[in-house]
Amino acid sequence: MKISRRNIVVLGVSAFSASLLPFNLLAQSDGQSAEDIIKEFTGGANIGSGDIMLTTPEIAENGNTVPISVESKKATAIKILALGNPGPDVVTFKFGPLSATRSASTRIRLRKTQDVLAIAKLEDGSFIQDIKKVKVTIGGCGG
Amino acid sequence: MAKGVKPRIKVPKQASAGEAITIKTLISHKMETGLRKDADGNKIPQSIINRFTCDFNGSNVVDFDMKAGISVNPYFQFEAVVPESGEFKFTWYDDDGSVYEKTKKITVS
Repeated sequence: MKISRRNIVVLGVSAFSASLLPFNLLAQSDGQSAEDIIKEFTGGANIGSGDIMLTTPEIAENGNTVPISVESKKATAIKILALGNPGPDVVTFKFGPLSATRSASTRIRLRKTQDVLAIAKLEDGSFIQDIKKVKVTIGGCGG
Repeated sequence: MAKGVKPRIKVPKQASAGEAITIKTLISHKMETGLRKDADGNKIPQSIINRFTCDFNGSNVVDFDMKAGISVNPYFQFEAVVPESGEFKFTWYDDDGSVYEKTKKITVS
C-alpha cells in the first residue's frame, strides 16, 4: 500500500484517540467526586431523613475490611458512599420483587477515618440518607 | 478467568411460604483496586467483581453494583421471600468478562 498524506493523517488521528481511551475509562471510575455520584443517583432531588439505618463499627481497626449493614424498609435501591476514599462510590444495592426486608450487609474498604453515607431511593421516588463516622486505625486502600 | 475464584453460598434447605430467609454469599476474589503499585512502581490495573445478582425462579431478588471499595472476597448478606419451591441462581460478573454462576435449591412447605 502506498502511504499517502491522507493515510498518515488518519493513522495519526486513530493512534491519538486510542491513546486517550484508557484515560477516559480511568476518569470515569476514579475521577468522580462524591457530589457527582450523589447527583447521578438522585437526579438532583432533595435528600431527607427517615427510615434508614446504616450500621457501621465506631472504630475499624483494619480499613481493609469494615463490616457495614444498611436497612430501609421501603427502599428500592440503596447506595453506599465512602466520602474519604479515592473512589467514593462503593456499592449500590438494588432490591427486586422477591427481596424480603430491604437490608444488606457487606464488607468495605476505608482508606482513613471518614464518613460513610447511605442514600436510599424509596418506592415513592423520594430519597433519604443516613451518615456514620468510622475511625480507621490502619487504612485499607494499599499504597 | 481469574485464578482461585470460588463462590460459597448459604441458603436454608427448607422454608415456609412467605417466610423471610437469610442468604449469605462469599466469593473468593482478590478485588484489585487499581490503586496499588507493583515492585517496579507500575500501577496494577483494576480487576474486581463489578456486579452480583440473585434470582429465584426467574424473578429478581437483589442486584448489586460493586466498585473497588468492596473488600477482598466480597461478602453479602440479604433476605429473600420464596413463594414456592424452586432454585436460587447466583451470578457474579468479573471485570475480565468472566461470569461465575451457582444455583441452590430450596423446598417450601
